[in-house]
Amino acid sequence: MNNFMFGIYPYIAVIVFIVASILRMDRDPYSWRAKSSQLLRKRSLMIGSNLFHVGILFLFFGHFVGLLTPHELYTAFGLTAPVKQQVAMFSGGLFGSIAFVGLTILIWRRLTDKRILNNSSFMDILLLVLLYAQLILGLMSISISAQHPDGSSMIALANWAQHIVTFRSGAADFILHEHWIFKAHILLGLTLFLITPFTRLVHVFSAPIWYVFRTGYQIVRKRS
Amino acid sequence: MKIRAQIGKVLNLDKCIGCHTCSVTCKNVWTSREGMEYAWFNNVETKPGIGYPKQWENQDKWNGGWELKGKKLKPKIGGKLKVLAKIFSNPDMPEIDDYYEPFTFDYEHLQKAPESKAQPIARPRSLISGERMEKIHWGPNWEEILGTEFSSRRRDYNFKEIQEEMYGEFENTFMMYLPRLCEHCLNPACVAACPSGSIYKREEDGIVLIDQDKCRGWRMCVSGCPYKKIYYNWKSGKAEKCTFCYPRIEAGEPTVCSETCVGRIRYLGVMLYDADKIKEAASVKHEKDLYQAQLDMFLDPNDPEVQAQARKDGIPESWLEAAKNSPVYKMAMDWKVALPLHPEYRTLPMVWYVPPLSPIQAAAETGKMGMKGIIPDVESLRIPVKYLANLLTAGKEEPVVHALKTMLGMRAYMRSVTVEKKADESILKQIGMSKDMMDDMYHIMAIANYEDRFVVPSSHKEEVVDAYGERGGCGFTFGNGCHSNSEPDLFESKSTPSRRINSLFEKANDERLKGDK
Repeated sequence: MNNFMFGIYPYIAVIVFIVASILRMDRDPYSWRAKSSQLLRKRSLMIGSNLFHVGILFLFFGHFVGLLTPHELYTAFGLTAPVKQQVAMFSGGLFGSIAFVGLTILIWRRLTDKRILNNSSFMDILLLVLLYAQLILGLMSISISAQHPDGSSMIALANWAQHIVTFRSGAADFILHEHWIFKAHILLGLTLFLITPFTRLVHVFSAPIWYVFRTGYQIVRKRS
Repeated sequence: MKIRAQIGKVLNLDKCIGCHTCSVTCKNVWTSREGMEYAWFNNVETKPGIGYPKQWENQDKWNGGWELKGKKLKPKIGGKLKVLAKIFSNPDMPEIDDYYEPFTFDYEHLQKAPESKAQPIARPRSLISGERMEKIHWGPNWEEILGTEFSSRRRDYNFKEIQEEMYGEFENTFMMYLPRLCEHCLNPACVAACPSGSIYKREEDGIVLIDQDKCRGWRMCVSGCPYKKIYYNWKSGKAEKCTFCYPRIEAGEPTVCSETCVGRIRYLGVMLYDADKIKEAASVKHEKDLYQAQLDMFLDPNDPEVQAQARKDGIPESWLEAAKNSPVYKMAMDWKVALPLHPEYRTLPMVWYVPPLSPIQAAAETGKMGMKGIIPDVESLRIPVKYLANLLTAGKEEPVVHALKTMLGMRAYMRSVTVEKKADESILKQIGMSKDMMDDMYHIMAIANYEDRFVVPSSHKEEVVDAYGERGGCGFTFGNGCHSNSEPDLFESKSTPSRRINSLFEKANDERLKGDK
């Protein structure tokens, strides 16, 4: 069971994530959008959306760097595991709290504002609930981490992630004995990857960073 | 020099009767869909008024258009990084209430209501939330014929530098209609603001379109456009705008709003311009010089050098021919009676307006207003020249005065021809026109025959697209190729369940029926 959840399910989630995303982009590009509800209610979105996005983006890239950077690289820069864990706990806690406040506002907005609620799909609401649960699990995990200040849990989790992305066997064994909150956080995280192509989350792929590199401002299309 | 062609447009406000036929036919064709109920690609406003959406002209409020920072031209919402910083929530975007909350009425109640002492009525219901609306506070044309109190309408941006108090008095009041649509600018701010790069200007005819498959709904274009003519479809999560009826234009037909205009106020024609001058023209220092700067971009279609260069730049012969007969060129360049709408936004708009004369003839005849020779004095017209100048020339009064004088001159001259049976040559001298020019102007502006108003060459699509591949095509669709949204709705193509609103209607009706019993 442990092997399925943490050895096989990650691959299922990632394959669905990639294949379904490509299918959606190819078959139904019209459905690919951020689906903003700002037009319908502006004020409640202004604070909530900004806080949530700043927080969640930091958390996403924080996890990315924290989990996938080989530990040897940190030690080469003189960063020991306990110190790294302190940094992760502090920054994660800070940005997690920011995202938590933002998401609380956004959920409250979506569920109590009739304009928004009556124009929400099932997936819109499910997504918010799952993200909220994931955020709470993540914040809870800080107190568990505090009980292992030596960084051992952190390294075990990083080992699992690095084994998964490099297709090495035995990844699941690293976290067999970790706390259930870590496990739930991982499972829910994988599930979020799994459902991404079927939700508005796809807008993340389209983050328009290329805009900054556009030469000039105007776009003129020739007939073709 | 790089010559491009564009189908330009002129609206003769002197003839607009505010019937809204343009708006209604446009809506029937383009925006009679869920999510776009509130959107009018074409709308007609009564001026003075704050318009639709509220105060759209006030760029201190909405930050649309461009601004000159030092010598650099920048979108007023900010440079690229600043636009991206606003992406999570855009402070410069209007809310639905700034347009109006779309609503319907509980018509079913009229049929289903049980017998009662009072007559059953159909009460309004929001199309967004499905909730009861107790009172409608605003609508698409709330200020029609000077509706609403002057204290609200005085916020009209065009009262700039005008003592507006006196125009609130009944004796001094004035009004005019302003039909509005996308300006299909030469320097569009919406294109500049779109982070996805989904909005583009077509090289062959200048029409500005949104690629619906590329639009991600970042909604920066809504803020970028100073005319507020891009609308966010709250159902589909995509931005939509006036398409200039491009399928019709391609076929050589006028847009729907132009075709159906009962007052014959709309004109379509080819304009040739120098695309290399766009940046320079949009960046002139003083706002009042923008009108002249745009005029300087337009090229004379009868000039052999221009024709040679245009051929080199790939403009088809039929387009060059059409450019020579373009009513838009004549009104904007030859007679200078058409003026751009708010050139101070620096977008170089391509839908121009002939300013309206106010009702003057009776007043002039009874000696109540000043005359200059046989032509009534423009300065004593009911609509203040300054107001029109704020609307059409960034506050510069001379071009407005020139346009009004020319039109008054045309009236006086034709009056001498048809009533007194003796052409008054002194009028021609006074407005500086030849007899041929005057005849042509009368023919195009007063008679306004269909073929004189619309000189639209068909596009030469056959040169770039293999028509064989287009046979049996599905025409205009919303994504998904020829398929309508298929079940199951895996990728949320339907996005938001309209059934929910319908079921809310039914529930509300049932509850009321219970209550009535």
